[in-house]
Amino acid sequence: MRELTYTQAISEAIREEMKRDETVFQIGEDIGPVRTRSSLWKQFMKNRAWQTPISESGFVGLSVGAAMTGLRPITVIMYCDFVGVCMDPIVNQAAKIHLMSGGQIKVPMVIRTPAGAGTREGGHHSGSLESWFVHSPGLKVVMPSDPYDAKGLMKSAIRDDGPVIYIQNRILHRLGKQQCPEGEWLVPLGKADVKRAGTDITVVGISTGVMKALEAAEKLAGKISVEVVDPRTLVPLDVDTILASVKKTGHLLVVHDAPRRGGVGAEIIRRVVERGFGSLKKAPRVLGGVNTAMPYSPPLEDACLPDANVIVKAIRDMLS
Amino acid sequence: MSDQLGRRDFLRIAGGGVAASMIIAAAPPPPSKKLLEMLRLMRRIRHFEERLTGLYQYESYLEKSDLAGDMYDFASKGVIAGAVHLYIGQEAVAVGICAALEREDYVTSSHRGHGHAIAKGAAFGPMMAELMGRKTGYSKGCGGSMHIFSKELGLLGGNGIVGAEIPLATGAAFSAKYQGSRQVAVAFLGEGASNQGTFHEALNMAALWELPVIFVCENNLYAASTPAAIALALPNVADRAAAYGIPGQVVDGQDVLAVHAAASAAVERARSGGGPTLLECKTYRFTSHAGAGKGRHDNPEELKKWLKRDPIELFEKKLRDDGVLTAADQEALKQQVVAEVEEAVAFAKKSAFPAFNEMPVTPGTDLLA
Repeated sequence: MRELTYTQAISEAIREEMKRDETVFQIGEDIGPVRTRSSLWKQFMKNRAWQTPISESGFVGLSVGAAMTGLRPITVIMYCDFVGVCMDPIVNQAAKIHLMSGGQIKVPMVIRTPAGAGTREGGHHSGSLESWFVHSPGLKVVMPSDPYDAKGLMKSAIRDDGPVIYIQNRILHRLGKQQCPEGEWLVPLGKADVKRAGTDITVVGISTGVMKALEAAEKLAGKISVEVVDPRTLVPLDVDTILASVKKTGHLLVVHDAPRRGGVGAEIIRRVVERGFGSLKKAPRVLGGVNTAMPYSPPLEDACLPDANVIVKAIRDMLS
Repeated sequence: MSDQLGRRDFLRIAGGGVAASMIIAAAPPPPSKKLLEMLRLMRRIRHFEERLTGLYQYESYLEKSDLAGDMYDFASKGVIAGAVHLYIGQEAVAVGICAALEREDYVTSSHRGHGHAIAKGAAFGPMMAELMGRKTGYSKGCGGSMHIFSKELGLLGGNGIVGAEIPLATGAAFSAKYQGSRQVAVAFLGEGASNQGTFHEALNMAALWELPVIFVCENNLYAASTPAAIALALPNVADRAAAYGIPGQVVDGQDVLAVHAAASAAVERARSGGGPTLLECKTYRFTSHAGAGKGRHDNPEELKKWLKRDPIELFEKKLRDDGVLTAADQEALKQQVVAEVEEAVAFAKKSAFPAFNEMPVTPGTDLLA
């Protein structure tokens, strides 16, 4: 065992997959050591990191074309908010080409994007936009909450034959290290993980929601037994694991930083209600960000996001 | 019909003069066999599309005073259920370009993609079946007129998003260079697409990385119903190449040999590692934007002038004058192609529709979750 940070884990996955498969390359803004214009191609071939101009719709579209013709790009959108200028190649091209081509053409690419609020970066660098992609058929959506999953899911995402949106939360970049095994491991897409076992309530956390739910569970330890479930991938969603937990606890709370309205929490509740209504003892709830752009001022930004204390209060309310 | 307008006059009409960046390509003309094959492909495009007008019956929902609806508020009651964007009038471009390509080279295309597919070697049967939404179609009936894909022919699909085809072809060229293959990629785009950001982003990256891609702008003077004259700040799209330090050339898009010569030079440049080229083919769509008069350009005088430069008639006249084609050959070719179209219509009509459970969704997709 050794310690890995979240971003070290992702880097390790990318490095291993690049070594394993020479069609894998990374492309995006400010990612390479290349600094001069002379013999760009040779420099790139050496390190397989393609530093692009600030042209998101251009290089995401280029990546789609490359994926259609035999390569496996890992395309970096530096901040998830920037997908605002390149949704077309993601949702209209990458997501749809497999079906529109009658299944002839696969688009094996990973769109890797740091995201999330709480980093004091203001309205254009704090987006929690996963529901945009969850709502677009043809995409898979991955949101790891710790270094172990971050590595295993990145490797599975790279090996997947379709487009995968890999959302890495910036707050998690700053988290402490985690004990991880040596060597390589895969975490399959579509398999949830119970991060803490409990019997009184199921808290489904998305990305940083897992961290916050674990903190809340610790605060309630000895009084209320909280089970924390991390879906890890939102598409495909492992409803069975969530349902099994709800069947045991009878209570469901979902936690994410994205606004609640039209969000993934609402979607998870729909799936549980459709198949497990009889297991629920109380109305399920979602804790999420408020319906606003992220304000810059630290106290304001914090007030817009759920934290462990808010989760503790919600759990107490639901179980009272 | 004689070529009444000289090429220079014609280019002036098409776009305000000959571009400063114009390059005269000096490739030897193709051999007779190839010339006849090019004519055959042009006829294939023309007759395939002429036959379509009998297969859709568009009905507009719009009343005369309607300002809120748009020209796409129509439905077809015919055997072709959706909109088709006809290529008639522009055949010299697709054929001139594709005649310079090899089978494994890549092509991305636009709304108006039938011509590109046929010029790249697509068969009539699966094309017609795709338009009718049948499972024997190129895209198993899941694509339709705007999304004809053939991995085997390097057809990376038409595109319903104006300008999206430009980075896709750039990516295919990237792929070819990355993998060390000889392939090149062509992006067919309209002059409307040249006003999208993707055009500029892709040209910049293709130039920086010297990618083997040819950007073929078919300037047919209208983006749907919007005249190029009110949409392009400069009349020649080719001039934009200068901004990226790549060759840009205005080409007579009604002259298949002129297009072919320019394409051959651009393909040679791309294959030999010289990087991208922007070709602007001045052309004209003889019909409306999307079948049945939707998006007419409403300028009968202009249309009349362009009809005098029908690319097929111009090419046939040249071949007859050069003794490559007799009037009898010409008529026989036409009849043969028309008969092939009829076979395709019969094939498509008798083909089954795809079943819901055969839909080629991404493996692992839970359609009903």
